[in-house]
Amino acid sequence: MMKIVEGSHAVAEAVKLCRPQVISAYPITPQTHIVEALASMVADCELDAEYICVESEFSALSGCVGASAAGSRTYSATTSQGLALMFEVCFNAAGMRLPIVMTIANRAMGAPLSIWNDQQDSISLRDAGWLQYYAEDIQEVSDLHFITYRVAEDHRVLLPAFVCFDGFILTHTYEPVDMPTQAEVDAYLPAFKPYQHLDAKNPISMGMYATPDYYMEFRYEVDRAMQRARDVYVEAARAFADQFGRDYTGAVEGYRLEDADTALVAMGSICGTVKDAIDEMRADGKRVGLLKIRSFRPFPAEEVAAALKGASTVAVLDKNISLGQKGAVALEVKDALYGSGIPVLDYIVALGGRDIRKRDIAKIVDLAEKGTGDMFYGLRTEVL
Amino acid sequence: MAENSSELFDAGHRACGGCGPALAARLIMKGSGENTIVVASTGCMEVFSTPYPETAWKVPWIHSLFENAAAVASGIEASLKRQGRDEHVICICGDGATFDIGMLCISGAFERGHNITYICYDNEAYMNTGIQRSGATPYDADTTTSPAGKCSTGNARPKKDLPAILVAHGSPYVATASIAYPNDLVKKVERAVNTEGPCYIQVHTPCCTGWGFDGADTMALGRLAVETGLWVNYEIVDGELEKAKKIVNRKPVEEYLKAQKRFRHLFRPGRNEEEIAKIQAIADRNAKKFGIDIALKK
Ligand SMILES: Cc1ncc(C[n+]2csc(CCOP(=O)(O)OP(=O)(O)O)c2C)c(N)n1
Ligand code: SF4
Repeated sequence: MMKIVEGSHAVAEAVKLCRPQVISAYPITPQTHIVEALASMVADCELDAEYICVESEFSALSGCVGASAAGSRTYSATTSQGLALMFEVCFNAAGMRLPIVMTIANRAMGAPLSIWNDQQDSISLRDAGWLQYYAEDIQEVSDLHFITYRVAEDHRVLLPAFVCFDGFILTHTYEPVDMPTQAEVDAYLPAFKPYQHLDAKNPISMGMYATPDYYMEFRYEVDRAMQRARDVYVEAARAFADQFGRDYTGAVEGYRLEDADTALVAMGSICGTVKDAIDEMRADGKRVGLLKIRSFRPFPAEEVAAALKGASTVAVLDKNISLGQKGAVALEVKDALYGSGIPVLDYIVALGGRDIRKRDIAKIVDLAEKGTGDMFYGLRTEVL
Repeated sequence: MAENSSELFDAGHRACGGCGPALAARLIMKGSGENTIVVASTGCMEVFSTPYPETAWKVPWIHSLFENAAAVASGIEASLKRQGRDEHVICICGDGATFDIGMLCISGAFERGHNITYICYDNEAYMNTGIQRSGATPYDADTTTSPAGKCSTGNARPKKDLPAILVAHGSPYVATASIAYPNDLVKKVERAVNTEGPCYIQVHTPCCTGWGFDGADTMALGRLAVETGLWVNYEIVDGELEKAKKIVNRKPVEEYLKAQKRFRHLFRPGRNEEEIAKIQAIADRNAKKFGIDIALKK
């Protein structure tokens, strides 16, 4: 049913439809509305789940670890400083192969303190072993929760997952959203069947310590699971498309890319602005296109290379930076295009909530066409 | 052998001979029984009991991190509740995990009132990382981060009163125990796991390696701690002291101190009367506070 809803409430509604059994969460702007909405659903008996009101993000994810290990479908949400406080638990949950799903309302990392959006938080956890999906709009972020639970809990994968969407830009915006019914979601998402779990009738030890004789094999297994998640994601997204008619089967998605000379690459809500800017540039005769990255982990290197093979210049918009190097997305794209000879220019944009508009996208395309890149775009130089 | 054993914490672990915590684990499991899920924290017991691919645990057991056992247990308890299951959820964690780095998670779990039993095996330092002080390390103990030296008599602060902090959280059952009194420990665990709400037990577990004594003397040393009043076994139910183990003709602390290398500096080169008196005062205060003294004429 179509409804006009706030992004956070759409996510809460989607999570409810996924029937989490245990929610363990701590508020932080701009994620707060999600956990508040879930708390009131539980309070009103609309959602039959245990809601653990923890005292910190560190405990929020630790609670999910326990709940998931004991065999329940588990949910949390956070952002920025909250995610940083979970750092240690993030690696641990992945190593223990617990399919926890966590929404990330992307936000900049301090210092200086900023509550506004960029994608530094989840990007900084790229090596933790979590699947990472990024949504462009509110419909996509709500739908991705159904798909993500299916992928994470699949026994070929068994990995935790972030569903990322841009703080404020999407969390606090209202858009029309088509929300499925409970019966439809139940038909799509089966109940959680843990591969193994803590059970006094069938005791196992979890989270043991491993000597150098064994540790590497665990990391290898997590990596293989990540690799398998590529196909499992496509399967799950195809089943979703068949049932609901909305197609997210691509780990990447092209927009007017087929004959593009300059290809922009981006993730998240900025893709909407980029598409509008492309339409305007196209009207002026410029051959520009967009490659939107939906899955950052696993990174779809083959799909990226295939999608960009016809471009003469690639310009990546990174809402994050690996300080001392480049933006994380640009590094991945460069790696994917290695040997192709296609230049990949990086633009660090919109950090800490700085606005980015269609005219900025057009300027970036001009810069890329001149070969000027690998820069912070839109810096105020008078304060430097 | 292990196959036929009825121990839930069984053979095959790699603790030092005479390890107090290993004995505590066995006794705790006798009290809690097989319908139990154990949550551990990083530390000696985790390392000596679960070197992958082996495990000494015959009950479901999970270790996540050094500091989050109480939060993991909260999640497990919520998960069981949701599934209509009724296993006991117990944490078995070292004093470092409990007194220091895990305090936040413990405080949260107790304030939320989860139905879990948190048991701290108190060997009075971080043993797994090589004997560093924790908030449970007693006054004047020599550890690698509170070394006795020319200008130091060892650990500068007395033990943190963690049981009192958890009583203040409204815990329905807070108890202390010692491996030197095995039946008492087993009974207390039984009582805690059958009490609704977050319960806490702190078990005194001498560590031969960390304290510097012969592994054959673990029980004797545990008993001495109680007999000198440096460790008191008590039960606090709904905030009220219900029972404390009485001691007939309490022994001087010196007997306990002299038996361990971690207090050696108090006797060599000369006797440090002043410091020994301070430690005696701690024992005397304990005795008065819990009313444990029974004096019989010799
Ligand atoms: C966040 C973090 N900091 C430090 C450590 C290193 N570390 C592992 S075990 C341990 C001490 C454990 O002490 P305690 O809880 O008293 O248990 P014991 O080893 O004495 O049994 C430390 C400091 C760690 N694993 N994680
Ligand atoms: S160091 Fe202490 S606690 Fe660790 S195994 Fe040895 S005796 Fe036990």
